Amino acid sequence: MYELFKTKASAVGAEVHRVGGKIEAVELIVSLLKDENVVDLPGCRAVWAEGTFLNGIDRGALKELPGLSFEVTRERAAQAKVGISEMSFAVADTGSLVQDQSAAADRLASSLTDIHIALVPSANIVPDKVSLFSRISPRTSRYIAFITGPSRTADIERVLTIGVHGPQRLVIIFVDGLEGVSR
Amino acid sequence: MKKEFKASINRALNDANLTGALGKFSEAYKVNRAKAYDGMDFEALRSTVAEAKSKAACHLDEVADVFKANAEALGAKVFRTRDPQEVKRYILQLAKDKGVRSVVKSKSMATEEIHLNRALLDEGISVAETDLGEWIIQLAGQTPSHMVMPAIHMTKEEVAEIFSKEVDERLSTDIPRLVKVARNELRPKFLAADMGISGGNIAVAETGSIVLVTNEGNARLVTSLPRIHVALIGVEKLVEKFESVAPILDALPRSATAQLLTSYVSIITGPTPNDDGSEKELHIILMDNRRTEMAQDPKFKQALQCIRCGSCLNVCPIFRLVGGHVFGSIYTGGIGTILTAWFDELKKSEDIQGLCIQCGNCKEVCPGKLDIPEMIMEIRRRLVLEKGQPLLQKAIFGVVNNRRLFHGMLRAASVAAKPFSSAGFIRHLPLFLADLTDGRSLPAIAEKPFRDIFPEIVQPQAKEKAVFYAGCLIDFAYPETGVALVKLLNKAGIEVVFPEEQTCCGAPALYNGAYEVAAQNAVDNIQALLQQEAQYVVSACPTCTVALAHEFGKTLESLGQTEWMEKAQELAAKTVDLSTLVKRLTDEGRLSFEEGEGLSKITYHDSCHLKRTLKVSEEPRELLQKAGYQLEEMFECDMCCGMGGSYSMKLPEISAPILKRKLQNIKETGAPVVAMDCPGCVMQIRGGFDQQEGGVKVKHTAELLAERLKG
Repeated sequence: MYELFKTKASAVGAEVHRVGGKIEAVELIVSLLKDENVVDLPGCRAVWAEGTFLNGIDRGALKELPGLSFEVTRERAAQAKVGISEMSFAVADTGSLVQDQSAAADRLASSLTDIHIALVPSANIVPDKVSLFSRISPRTSRYIAFITGPSRTADIERVLTIGVHGPQRLVIIFVDGLEGVSR
Repeated sequence: MKKEFKASINRALNDANLTGALGKFSEAYKVNRAKAYDGMDFEALRSTVAEAKSKAACHLDEVADVFKANAEALGAKVFRTRDPQEVKRYILQLAKDKGVRSVVKSKSMATEEIHLNRALLDEGISVAETDLGEWIIQLAGQTPSHMVMPAIHMTKEEVAEIFSKEVDERLSTDIPRLVKVARNELRPKFLAADMGISGGNIAVAETGSIVLVTNEGNARLVTSLPRIHVALIGVEKLVEKFESVAPILDALPRSATAQLLTSYVSIITGPTPNDDGSEKELHIILMDNRRTEMAQDPKFKQALQCIRCGSCLNVCPIFRLVGGHVFGSIYTGGIGTILTAWFDELKKSEDIQGLCIQCGNCKEVCPGKLDIPEMIMEIRRRLVLEKGQPLLQKAIFGVVNNRRLFHGMLRAASVAAKPFSSAGFIRHLPLFLADLTDGRSLPAIAEKPFRDIFPEIVQPQAKEKAVFYAGCLIDFAYPETGVALVKLLNKAGIEVVFPEEQTCCGAPALYNGAYEVAAQNAVDNIQALLQQEAQYVVSACPTCTVALAHEFGKTLESLGQTEWMEKAQELAAKTVDLSTLVKRLTDEGRLSFEEGEGLSKITYHDSCHLKRTLKVSEEPRELLQKAGYQLEEMFECDMCCGMGGSYSMKLPEISAPILKRKLQNIKETGAPVVAMDCPGCVMQIRGGFDQQEGGVKVKHTAELLAERLKG
């Protein structure tokens, strides 16, 4: 299913990675942040929305990165180049990520930045929408967000252009061994 | 047809940018859509969608009440109204109460429908459309030309010009750069707006949810950043159950833009917290604007199954030539014609309904299972009922309803046409009679109609009989097709019967909204064709076949003439088109063809009624190959040739470029012969090649097959 997801998500322009655990995930994120030149600069250049992934993570090392903030305000998110957030599910047949984004921070980090880095538990890949809908419900989630590739438009002469109002890059990191959230 | 309307058509046709861009888009769309649906059962999917939408439409009041109760239980405010003016009042009052100075909008056709922007601007509230295409047309002071791609009619040069003015800087036509400009300009507006206004693609009664489908991410910002969110939703977006969301999400992006899913889908259920921790104010307005009336109208109820994907525009041969603005100012294309007749007024659809050539392309791809051509015919009918028929048409149909007079005039036309017969081009039957009255181009009528030739044909006696329904064109213009049909059936041991009392199938009257005339034609034909015991009623004209097999019953029923229904059904059950019958006879071993050594390449043109109403497309291809031809498929083989009955007379400026494209596609196959099953298409395509040197030979399948009979 991971391979199917990767094929579908790549086809719509997402970058898909898979790592063995949290430590590797953090390493990968730090290297991505370095590549984007956001770690050494002062001022908020990256925001990370709180979530289960951060439980038990040694944030000390991350806090050394001056451009990174865990406090996601609209001002910070609007300035930031990178937004990091967790997504609960990956839907293989369309290459989509899905999360309950009732928390404003989740929406800001994944919609206002240029680059969205999405963390997903590898255990939570589902084959299609039907199986997804058996695990997520509008009764318990007020804002269910599907994200499939980066923001796009073809409104000018039908020419596909990436990145309009949303991120122009979507980097998906599947994390093995991360406990799948129950819903 | 009004002069201004004709002028707008000509403007559009002469806009090379428009026709070029739309032409290219529609070609790519067809391929990409097929890819997007690969491996899916489209018929099953659209049945599910249609059923869910139709169910909700049947109980709009209850479903809306359930939606309201559930959304309000979560803290949303729901306002339902029939009156578009009240929608505006509600939003303006809310804006006033909450001190709203600026609004950002996510694309919403419902707000276009009620001209909401104008109302907000008049109150001094700034409004920014944030969908790129919508923003472009907002800056240009225009209206959308397509439901999904509102600025598809504009070039990058025009966009660069508009944006340059907006940012006061000379911009190049680099599209990614232009998109960046939009991002930069709109970002502060998102962050500063007091109110976000969105539409809604789906509203789910059982959970009180609204679903928003976008690619750019603007709906996410519009629903997240401002402290007030207003969603304006047409009641046709309601479904009862949450389980209906998945199939609609399966169909909508695939049909709209050939995507498996759009970049973003948001399911919003009640208010969410703002980023400052306060709770968002969520107002959901369920707008009616005659939708309930539509739901109660047996003919138009199905229009509420529409999921607004715009695929009817994407496949329409007329839309791709003239674009959306010719169709009017809000909803355009096939579905737009119907919605204009309802949301605006019937009269407003008078001209635009005439743009529909009834090819059925839209019906074939519609994920909501709407029969758009049928609804447009119904609009025609109601216009005729309301306004009466144009005098000339009335005179013509008066003739058509009198078989003796009609056929007498056709014979007279043959004599009158003689000096001009080299032109060899009939425009249409029976509307060509109009030509007789004012002496314009004369039709090429055969010297001897089929009805006079038939008694001279010596047929073997046989037990099995088939009644031949010739239709006007074969009878009076192409009797050779009829002769070929008799030859084919005789060979299979079937005797052909030709009742002289048969008359026009009524399609011309029906397609012009003159149902009474069509009904009289139906009754005359039912009587004539069921007179004799026969196994089949066979026709070599798909339009006539459709009339006999589908329309007679429907027409009579719609007029309440139920006394003929049983007979109409009996006739329908016996009716078969020539290719289907010959294929059957060949499969049974009753007919066989000469081995085809040295026969040429051939290409096949699918006639609209044959392929899409009668679902026959493989049969003639198989037969022609059995007869020894080498089949070479043409590009867009099933695209309309532009004939469309009287269409080619009423809108020759549209018919001609459609034909030109068809001729080009035929020539590009390199085949010296093109076959087809419809005498109307033969007339149109042969007429087209007549004027070209090295034209391709145009033949009815029946003739090609009759030539190749074994023994």
